[in-house]
Amino acid sequence: MRFLRLVPTNLRRHRIRALIGVAGIAFGVAAMLTILAIVTGAIGMFERILATDSHFLVFERNVSDLFFSSVSTEQVAAVRALPQVDTAHPLLFGIVSSPGHPIITCFGVEPDDPRLAKAEWRSGSRAEFGAKPGEIFLGSRAAEFLGAQAGEEIEIGRAHFRVGGIFKTENGFEDGGVFLPLAAAQEFFHREGLSSVVAVKLRHRDQGGAFKAAVEAKYPGLIALENREFNQSYTQFRILHFTAWAVGICAFLLGGLGVANTMLLSVFSRIREIAILRVCGFSSRQVAALIFTEAASIAAAGLAIGFLIGLVVLVSLQNVPQFHGYIQVTIQPGIVVGIIGTALLTAIAGAVYPAQYASRIQPAEALRYE
Amino acid sequence: MNDTSPTPGNGGAKLRKNDLVAWADEVWKSYDGGRIGVLQGASLEVRPGQMVALWGPSGSGKSTLLHLLGGLDVPDRGDLSVCGLDPRKEADRLMLRRKHLGFVFQLHNLIPDLTVEENLHVPALAVGRPRGESAERIRELTEKVGLGHRLGHRIQDLSGGERQRTAICRALMNSPGLILADEPTGSLDEKTGETVFALLRSLAEREGIAVVLATHERRFAEACNHILRVREGRLSEV
Ligand SMILES: Nc1ncnc2c1ncn2[C@@H]1O[C@H](COP(=O)(O)OP(=O)(O)O)[C@@H](O)[C@H]1O
Ligand SMILES: [Mg+2]
Repeated sequence: MRFLRLVPTNLRRHRIRALIGVAGIAFGVAAMLTILAIVTGAIGMFERILATDSHFLVFERNVSDLFFSSVSTEQVAAVRALPQVDTAHPLLFGIVSSPGHPIITCFGVEPDDPRLAKAEWRSGSRAEFGAKPGEIFLGSRAAEFLGAQAGEEIEIGRAHFRVGGIFKTENGFEDGGVFLPLAAAQEFFHREGLSSVVAVKLRHRDQGGAFKAAVEAKYPGLIALENREFNQSYTQFRILHFTAWAVGICAFLLGGLGVANTMLLSVFSRIREIAILRVCGFSSRQVAALIFTEAASIAAAGLAIGFLIGLVVLVSLQNVPQFHGYIQVTIQPGIVVGIIGTALLTAIAGAVYPAQYASRIQPAEALRYE
Repeated sequence: MNDTSPTPGNGGAKLRKNDLVAWADEVWKSYDGGRIGVLQGASLEVRPGQMVALWGPSGSGKSTLLHLLGGLDVPDRGDLSVCGLDPRKEADRLMLRRKHLGFVFQLHNLIPDLTVEENLHVPALAVGRPRGESAERIRELTEKVGLGHRLGHRIQDLSGGERQRTAICRALMNSPGLILADEPTGSLDEKTGETVFALLRSLAEREGIAVVLATHERRFAEACNHILRVREGRLSEV
């Protein structure tokens, strides 16, 4: 393997070309890392909205989106009455708009909802939630972008509400949302007696199977999923994940084509040199190995730089006030392994043709002409 | 075919084929699907340490014969042997280039933007020789050809004579049994050409390496042990 010492020498000699290849891979890596980390972070955030102090989610079977799921008050009560259940909190999701802000997530919750208990109240208090009619409560970020203060009146979807309190939550989605007492939300969205999901906390975690069976036997139209199961099967998450990988891999294909182009150019411009190597005793395999190793080195450098760029971008985005709480960088080992694998694979695939071309150069032919 | 033969190049004496560094027997080679018949029954023998000149005008087929001996091309017909190996076989060819042969071309065929030292490491890299060992050999060879002070210089910054001296060192790197030199002085001025030729001859002599030298210049041919005239695709002793 000593002959591979030529690789660093070659890369140094064709610095610009090598750097262009490195840049291609680096941008692919950075794009993939950023997209995947943001999407995974967002999904994680959404998961946590649902998973706050609960083990199971009960919702309508066969809905494509939780916003379309309906669970009746009677069903909520029945679930709550099951022997395995410690607490069950109905939750109604809706989208509201306010002048200048077309999409705001609205959460209809009961006053004893764990979310309210965990929040850090900036004004008002949990005890006031739902105490007076016509009151709305805001996440601190929502309060910020709506420019609203406690006690003021704001317009939400043609209706007017008085801001009853403002609280800060860890979760970006919640912090950028508005909260109504469940009954008020049902009325507002014309979904009287309905909620989207029920978040259930069991008395004992190991009673999951019995709980699930009990719910689904009683109400075949409902489904009870453990949080982990839900996250894996929820179509929206799957679409997001898929899109993120697809976009990332496209970014990579571009990087891979860049490497292919770089290597091909480098082989074409070195035909004579490769012939010289052959005359000096390099086998055609050694020549191919040189080309592959050059490509792999470019990919490795691109990976290192790409991860660096990606991390800088993510950290900067996290610190942009507007995004605060929305971007929660989650870099799972699977993502890192996936990115490294994709980078090396595209680079190596991009080097196949150049390597093949290089290994077929006939020294006598190539050296005949000046 | 006999084990011994009065092929040109053996100086008239009879020698067992196994003792020869290289031999060619009735070798034919044509290009363009037979339209350009270059070699038409060329035979030669090269003894260990011998310096044989292939002398003939441009286009007579000298390079073609060297390419066949060096396994850079294959003959249409005829037998060949170099250092006991068959240059027509792919496996033997690699072995030949790695261990038994050194090439010197008219154009130096060095890698221009590498240094003298880096160029000289190339044959050693191909066989995976440790760097220290080849560095030793590089020092020894470059000192002999007066390039010791130029090791770190790039080929593109050297004069024609220096380049050719580097090429000679490269051919000697793996201590071959035979050097194939194709007009090694062809692109040099008269005086430099003579110096380079003298260097090649003395180094080969000192290391006991045989040389087959293609040249169209009589004075270089005459300075070799044997002259083979290349004419009409055949070789004849002068
Ligand atoms: N690959 C080739 N294709 C076609 N013609 C060739 C090829 N190689 C050599 N020739 C021809 O063969 C003849 C001998 O060439 P060469 O061996 O290079 O001669 P020399 O080295 O004696 O000048 C020339 O006419 C040359 O044009
Ligand atoms: Mg020639």
